[in-house]
This record gives sequence, C-alpha cells and structure tokens, in this order.
Amino acid sequence: MTCIKIDKQLWAQGLAAAEAQYRLFGPVKQGALYQFDALAAGQTPDLDGPNTRTSARAVVYPQSEVLFEYSLDSRDPEAHVLKETPAPAPRAALAVRPCDAYSFVLVRRNFEAPDVKDVYWLRNYAATVFVGLACDRPCSTCFCTSAGCGPYHEEGLDVLLVDEENHYLAKTITDKGAAFLQTAGWRTPADPEAEARIAQRRSAAEARVVSTVPTDRLAQIPQLELYAANFWQDVAFACINCGTCTYLCPTCWCFDIQDETRGNQGIRLRNWDSCMFPLFTLHGSGHNPRGQKVQRVRQRFMHKLKYYVDKYGDGIQCVGCGRCVQYCPVNIDIRRVCELMNGYGQNAACKVA
Amino acid sequence: MQPNPYLPYPVRIDEITIETEDKNLKTFKFSFLDPADEEKFAYRPGQFAELSIAGKGEIPIGIASSPTEKGFVKFTVNKVGLVTSHLHKMKEGDVMGIRGPLGNWYPWDLLAGKNVVIIGGGFAFTTLRSSIIYMLANRERFGDIHVIYGARTPGMLLYRQELAAWEARDDIHMHITVDATQDPSWKYNVGFVPTITDQKAPAADENTYAIICGPPIMIKFTQPVLDARGYAHDHIVMSLENRMKCGIGMCSHCNVGQYFVCKDGPVFTLAQLNAMPKEY
Repeated sequence: MTCIKIDKQLWAQGLAAAEAQYRLFGPVKQGALYQFDALAAGQTPDLDGPNTRTSARAVVYPQSEVLFEYSLDSRDPEAHVLKETPAPAPRAALAVRPCDAYSFVLVRRNFEAPDVKDVYWLRNYAATVFVGLACDRPCSTCFCTSAGCGPYHEEGLDVLLVDEENHYLAKTITDKGAAFLQTAGWRTPADPEAEARIAQRRSAAEARVVSTVPTDRLAQIPQLELYAANFWQDVAFACINCGTCTYLCPTCWCFDIQDETRGNQGIRLRNWDSCMFPLFTLHGSGHNPRGQKVQRVRQRFMHKLKYYVDKYGDGIQCVGCGRCVQYCPVNIDIRRVCELMNGYGQNAACKVA
Repeated sequence: MQPNPYLPYPVRIDEITIETEDKNLKTFKFSFLDPADEEKFAYRPGQFAELSIAGKGEIPIGIASSPTEKGFVKFTVNKVGLVTSHLHKMKEGDVMGIRGPLGNWYPWDLLAGKNVVIIGGGFAFTTLRSSIIYMLANRERFGDIHVIYGARTPGMLLYRQELAAWEARDDIHMHITVDATQDPSWKYNVGFVPTITDQKAPAADENTYAIICGPPIMIKFTQPVLDARGYAHDHIVMSLENRMKCGIGMCSHCNVGQYFVCKDGPVFTLAQLNAMPKEY
C-alpha cells in the first residue's frame, strides 16, 4: 500500500474538504479531558493529548441508538407497526488509536454471527472509515502488546497516520482509506524511506509499552475451575458496581432495548447496558442469577478473559487500552486479575495487588 | 439487504382466553397481518418469540401453539411486569408484533422413534403443549409418550379442555396432578411433580428421553428422582429462562458462560448444563 505525506498546514483544509462527504468524529478536548466525539462544522480534532477517555466505540455503536419509530395514533393506518430508521451517511473516525480500532475487530464477532447479523452495528461500521493515529506515547496503564494489538497495529484501520513533527505520514491500508485521503485532497507521495521509518518507530513505540500481561494459559484452564476460583471475593471486595469499566471499555457490547413515547409518537432504542448492574439479569419472578456483586464482577472478567477466549479461540476480549485501570474508582486492575486467572492452579501465592 | 432481526412481524390479536382461576394467565391467539409472514415464522416446538408492543417493549415468551396448527400462533402469558401487564389489558383486534421464531428447540430429530416423558409444572407448560400437539399429530414417529404435569390447584392447570381430551386417548399416558385440592370431583393425582414422577415415569433406558420445563424448585427436586430412576444426563432435556432483550445473541443479557440462553438455548441437555456455570 502507498504512503502519503500530509503537511500539517494542509490538515485543516483537507478535513474541510472531507467534511463535505463524511461526518467527522475525533478526539476533542473538553475541560481537562479528551473525549472521542462528533466534530462540529469546521472543528479539527485535538491530537496532542493521550488516548481519549471515551473510546471511538460510539461512532459505530452509539450509547443510545434509535432502532425503530412508531405511531400510536389510531387514525394512522399503520399505528403500532414499527418503522426502520434510515441508514447512516458516511462518517470518518479520525485519529483513532490502533487499540480502539482493533476493538471493532473483536466486537464484530458478536454482531456479525454466522447466522444472525446486527444490521445496525454492521451498517454503521460499513459507513465508517477509520483513520488511525499511531501511538508514540503509551501510558503506564497500556498493555496493548499483550492483548493482540499494539501502538502501530493496523488491523481495523483504513489509514494509519504517523506524526512526524511537521507532517503526517498516512499509510493507506484499504481502498476505503485511499478514497478518504483522495476526498481530503491529500495526494503527495511520501519519500521512499517513509515505510522503513514507520517500521522503526513502530518497534520503538512497542518497546515503550512496559506493562505486560500473561494470557497463555487462559484457554487451557477448565472454565468451571476458573469460575469457582478462590480469588473472586478478593477481586470484587472493593468494587462498587459503578459500571465505569464497562462504559469506557471499547470491547464491551451489552445493551438494553427500551421504548420511549411522547404523545402519540415514539421510538424503540437501544442503550448501552452493563453486567455490573443487578437489574441486568433480574427475572420477572424476582430471581436473579447474578444478584451478588461478586457474581457480576466475575462475569465481567470471565467474559473478557475466558468465555470469549473459549468461544472464538482467538485471544481475549480486551485490547489493552487501560481505560478500566485508569478510571476505576477503587483501583481494580484487569492486569492483576488476568494474572490471577492465567496463573490459576500454578501460583497459589498470587494476591491481588 | 440483510433482514432486520429486530423488526417484528405485525400481528392481530384474534382471541384471548383466560386460562387460570387467578386470571393471571391468558392465552393470546395471533394472526399475521401479512399472511406471507406466517411462512417466514416457521418454528419448531420449544422455540420462543419476542412479543412486541410499541410503546411498552418486548418480552420473550415460549410458543404454545404447534407448527402443525395452521393459521395462527398462540402464546400463554403470565402477568408480571410492564409489557405483560399491558398485554393483559389489550383486546381482541388490537395490533402488535411478534419477532422470531427464536432459539433452539427440543431435539426432535434425536427424539424420533424414542419414548418421550414430558415433565412440566405450573405455567411453564406452554412449549410442552406445543410439543404434545406436535407429537400427537406425528404420532407414528414416537414411541410411548408420558406427560406428568402439575399445578398448585385444578384451577391453575393450563389448557384444561385439552388435558381432558388427551386423558381420553389411549396413545398418550397422562399423569396430571395438583399440589392439593378440596375438590371432591378431582379424579386425577394429588402430589408434587417429583413424587408423581417417581411413581409414574417409565424406567430409564437408552430409548427414553425426559423433557423438563418448570419452576426451579420443581426441577431441583425432580432431577434426583430421575437420577435415581437411572436417567442419563444426556437423556434429560431442559428449557432455561433468563432475562433477555434482543433474543438473537447480541445484547448478552442472558449469557450463561459462553452460551446465550436465547440463541444457543433455551433447550440444553442436563449433560450440557453440568459443564456450564449455574447462572440461570
């Protein structure tokens, strides 16, 4: 694939051209925090910060998404019949970190099952071009290189941008990415050594990810043994079931479906949900299969680090972005939990840090 | 274009029957607004569907009719929450939606030529009704059929006219029971389902399968009875319930380990359940 050089002076101008055809999303500074959000007309993304607090997940999978509209007006011949919402226009997710882009590859396995397709997720995904920004300054909480990706990982991206001071190198990964660069009017080929420099920077960035997590034994430990492991009470002890981890996680996909009516008109929408909440599993009878906190905490880690591993046979349901580690109000650390799980039966002395 | 698995088929309520003396269970008979949808809704006994009411939401309910009954689909619904309470207030002629069929079904291919023992309790008898109608319509395909069905009182039994009709047949062994009754005209069994199972269920063999569907307490005490009678765990077929939203394995509400009750189930053998966390 080709490499384009984008002079930073042409950045805003290119985005303005792209805006005519794409709805743009990207990192935006809000107060002290960076969020991944929709850009206003003419707004350029803020690329100087660390990875955003919220991931790019909402570009494809909004926190609230309207599935259907309906009328309850008895004069309407189609009253009570649900109407599908129109498909989205093309959009571009700018400066997505490679870990966040890779999360879509993992989540897609859920939404694009062999026999059932989630048309909403898939159409949003298909409408989005992912323009990644290679990550040269990983945080101390990052462990992407242990989670199947890395700071320059290309899987899930259409273009990878590499920041070289006065310009970006844009490595074209897919035709979709090439079309975006074309629309933005960025056409200057990079120098012949660009790819070699990217490879070099990639190695350097990977070396800066100092946090590593072992996952090699997760697949082989029997599921029910891990489920019955003796450390879950310890792991869950401080948890307040706030759900922050699940809302910030780029690979969490659970949702709820609700109807909202105003007057005679209404919408059926889906909202992010969280396995941290007791209502998530509460039966109509009052019975609750995961009524206790420890059961819900175990569910989150077992899902990401064992059920997913067993179901798809291709790694953990985690990209190592470290958000849940950074923002957990009680310092529960998935790296420690993964270590406990991976070492279960081997290292009895292992304790939660 | 991909079909939208969240889009219900529009249906009309044709008939509403109050099933139980507490009036908390009603059977709704639906017909599809577009007759072509009935063919698309091809189902097998044991499957469920999402009943969808615009403005209220959706609920997963087992299909009580049998695919051998044409021109309608039936669901028996217990009044519990928002959607079911609203449904109980709806009238014949009202329009709503049905999304499905969803989930797997009782293992009909495996059950061909086998003896089948159906064990049900309370209002979990709906997909079992579907199964009985289906087996009777294909009677030559099955060996002996036993049905053990219990409710708290005679008035809490579902489908009482059909139960009486099945009692009168000689190709199905009915063992109806109630927990207790003062009714002098009650001519069937009195006792909990596990007790009646112990008394009436045929001895286990390679060719005999038990299908169990009922409240957790019934299952808890019936299973040791079947164990004692020698039923192998891959010969005990169960139908699970869990809170659900999407019904198609996307939203993850109903997961039990790596499986979804809505998509990989609701039907599992006890042998399968033994290898899964008990989160149901």
